[in-house]
Amino acid sequence: MRYLPLSDSDRSQMLHAVGAKSIDDLFVDVPKAARLDGVIEHLPLHASELAVERHMGALAKKNMVAGEVPFFLGCGAYRHHVPASVDHIIQRGEFLTSYTPYQPEIAQGTLQMMFEFQTQVARLYGCDIANASMYDGSTACWEAILMASRITRRDKAILSSGLHPHYVSVCNTMAKFTGDELKTSAPTLSAETDAEKIIAAIDDATSAVVVQYPDILGRITDLAPIAEAAHAKGALLIAVVTEPVALGLIRSPGEMGADIVVGEGQSIGVGLQFGGPYVGLFACAEKFVRQMPGRLAGETVDAEGKRGFVLTLSTREQHIRREKATSNICTSSVLCALAFTGHLTLLGEKGLRQLASLNHARACEVADRLSAIPGVSLVNDSFFNEFTLRLPVEARPAVHAMVEKGVLGGVSLGRLYPDSADLANGLVLAVTETVTDEDIDALEAALKEVCA
Amino acid sequence: MTVNPSGWRPTTPANEQGSAGTVTGNRALQLEEPLLFERGRLDQTGVDLPDTKVSGGRLGGLERNRDIGLPGLSEPEAVRHYTRLSRQNYAIDLGLFPLGSCTMKHNPRLNEKVARMPGFADVHPMQPQETVQGALQVINELAFWLLDLTGMHGVAMSPKAGAHGELCGLLCIRAALEARGDKREVVLVPESAHGTNPATAAFAGYRVESIPANKAGRVDLEALKARLGPDVAAVMITNPNTCGLFEPDMIAISDAVHAAGAFVYCDGANFNAIVGKVRPGDLGIDAMHINLHKTFSTPHGGGGPGSGPVVVSEALAPYGPLPFAAKMPDGTYKLVEEESAAEMHPESFGRMTAFHGQMGMFTRALAYILSHGADGLRQVAEDSVLNANYVLRSLEDVLDAPFAKSGPCMHEAIFSDRGFGEGLSTIDLAKALIDEGFHPMTMYFPLVVHGAMLIEPTETESKAALDQFIAAMRSIAERAKSGDQSLKAAPIYAPRRRLDETLAARKPVLVYREPAQAEAAE
Repeated sequence: MRYLPLSDSDRSQMLHAVGAKSIDDLFVDVPKAARLDGVIEHLPLHASELAVERHMGALAKKNMVAGEVPFFLGCGAYRHHVPASVDHIIQRGEFLTSYTPYQPEIAQGTLQMMFEFQTQVARLYGCDIANASMYDGSTACWEAILMASRITRRDKAILSSGLHPHYVSVCNTMAKFTGDELKTSAPTLSAETDAEKIIAAIDDATSAVVVQYPDILGRITDLAPIAEAAHAKGALLIAVVTEPVALGLIRSPGEMGADIVVGEGQSIGVGLQFGGPYVGLFACAEKFVRQMPGRLAGETVDAEGKRGFVLTLSTREQHIRREKATSNICTSSVLCALAFTGHLTLLGEKGLRQLASLNHARACEVADRLSAIPGVSLVNDSFFNEFTLRLPVEARPAVHAMVEKGVLGGVSLGRLYPDSADLANGLVLAVTETVTDEDIDALEAALKEVCA
Repeated sequence: MTVNPSGWRPTTPANEQGSAGTVTGNRALQLEEPLLFERGRLDQTGVDLPDTKVSGGRLGGLERNRDIGLPGLSEPEAVRHYTRLSRQNYAIDLGLFPLGSCTMKHNPRLNEKVARMPGFADVHPMQPQETVQGALQVINELAFWLLDLTGMHGVAMSPKAGAHGELCGLLCIRAALEARGDKREVVLVPESAHGTNPATAAFAGYRVESIPANKAGRVDLEALKARLGPDVAAVMITNPNTCGLFEPDMIAISDAVHAAGAFVYCDGANFNAIVGKVRPGDLGIDAMHINLHKTFSTPHGGGGPGSGPVVVSEALAPYGPLPFAAKMPDGTYKLVEEESAAEMHPESFGRMTAFHGQMGMFTRALAYILSHGADGLRQVAEDSVLNANYVLRSLEDVLDAPFAKSGPCMHEAIFSDRGFGEGLSTIDLAKALIDEGFHPMTMYFPLVVHGAMLIEPTETESKAALDQFIAAMRSIAERAKSGDQSLKAAPIYAPRRRLDETLAARKPVLVYREPAQAEAAE
């Protein structure tokens, strides 16, 4: 029990000091009927560091590691190279083992980092302000819809068919309980997005329009006409970005008129981690700040006039406002936010543009090669690092067949939309800077075989 | 756009206090650090990427046509920037962090090593299931131990944090009530509850009503019974509660709630006090979230990420969220998503997050549980309770301890600022504690105690560390009682003196703007 510093003699001295005969005297308030005195069934006794490491190592070995095989998965989680110094920074004990900065005088490191993170996110998204992060992109998306309801005092949102189906699923779950009305549909396997249909659907009761950018098939939608149409009816435009690296190359949603921009920050600094923890990003126009959920760091001065940072506008938050809070979220993904901001600082404007260019160039190359395979065609007119192929066969078994050949060859739309026959032949592939020439050769060979 | 045309400059003027001043604003190892935006440049980068020629024309005509405004730092500058920032932080690695109900304990580095194994860290959430059998087994194994330790029937692993877990529990309750055609509108929450409880109930579509605490710091059973009725969906209780006390009437409370057709939600934030000693299922609880980061020690990293699996009773188990990892009769593991829900989990209330929860936290928590085992986990609860009682009994003669006579406390001890000299309050004691090299306790919570100080030492503190903390507390408490106004100036030795929080809220500055831009915005 290497993590417990008290010795038996400490324990008896301390029991004596508190006036207890045995430790059970301190548990007198626990009803006898609920005491667990005997052995805990099943659970073994404590184990050595070596034994635990061995057990966990054996479980880890049962997984196919993305970095060890040709790997082309995206759909809301992306594999990029993370510089070694990013993990070094987040493992510094003063960051790793600190808590919510409730005592700002001894938490300036975290607070300044949060302030820098907020600034980076706001600039990347083209918005005035950003918060200090959410759980992930999907929960940020739902919170944005709720925020739009509060601002517009309407509760009917239109969700684009290009929005990640898991995000749609989260919103549908929550809307059942809040009574919000959501209008959703599945995408079609086409280069066309549903922008026109969305614009036609906006009416005086619409609270918000939610559009993913680039969308689930990788298509890039011009948000400006949608923003204009939404604003004309008093509705807000919420843009959802699941791949922030794209913003190194394409226009930010804020520039095109989005009122709230949310998304997933995982692809910068945070690894795949089988789905979490990730880091939700949340930005908006400054005038909406008091309706925004989540933590905020703000600049101020100390008693000597030195610049410093504190958590601020907490009157929106649950610990002050209780049932009237803007959200029940009480934490933020600060450590993941640190990884995000650290990686983005290493990249800088120049590095982010270069990384984005590299991703796009690589994706273009792979799209051209794969769409030359007989029977395979490229769905997208536009894309960043992720695009959709129409296969001559169902994509779902094709993905499993490629696993047999040691290739993790994309996400089938059949897995994402099991009810849609139209999408069954769709395969979504993400191509990042981590992909090598050999990986592409292997993918091409595997796909040729499964399509033959 | 140019960022920082003037190059590096200190963030604060050199201290004017004569010989104490330095040109840089630094004081030996106490280092000032400018903002990234004041230090970095748009043409600076800390990464080496291969050159590329973009084969353009595929971006839908939406190429970026202006700068983003993201300054970069070279690798040495970046490492130094963040290392300097880190040194402005107090952390559990530096000393006692006695935040009550937040539970800050040692972060075992084995857990970090395990979570970084490529088989866990470098696996995509949408990989075909045959390629992630080990990851699904981790989720399933951890779920098994959580059920074993809590005596409950089902567990939802996907909630991303404690408050998200509360929401999951209430959604299970709401789905169960709706399944029996029962529309109930009210959730009862004790006034001592965490603010997340009422916020969550409102978020799940309920009206919140408060139930008072009695003089002994517990839920007033009679007041609760009187309020129960056909409109009450659930009661949210924290046990051990935020006064640091176990609710001895818990079984009676559960029985009364069930008799009224409602459910018992327990805020499991304080499960570390009873793990291995009490199974919440034996107390009649229907749903409880477990903050993995508190009870099973995963890093708090400045306040997050967390992880909040929810254990539920038999009555609620059919309604838990998607997706989840199931062990199949043939020994393989399956991720049950929307597609197979109709067959395997037809009454689920749906999905609460894009993927399957905080995998990086699951590996850490599993490593922690296996390291401690059955004997170690029980020792965790016993040592955390012993340490808290040691603090309570060592300070009750110098600080008002409102519930000291209610019996032993659990893992946290509560004090108040009663008896402090004119104009002095909890915050002054807390800030003085900073100068003594300790992170302060939780202040002004729970609200039922005036000027509350909630101290949770946790089980990973040695007796020597506690004795030093107690000595510091005694000395400051005596100064406070004697009306020593110099406490108002604390902290003196921290990187910053007291910060003006009112100014920050009145004139919010939430992002950096270049001086010219900021001026133009005024």
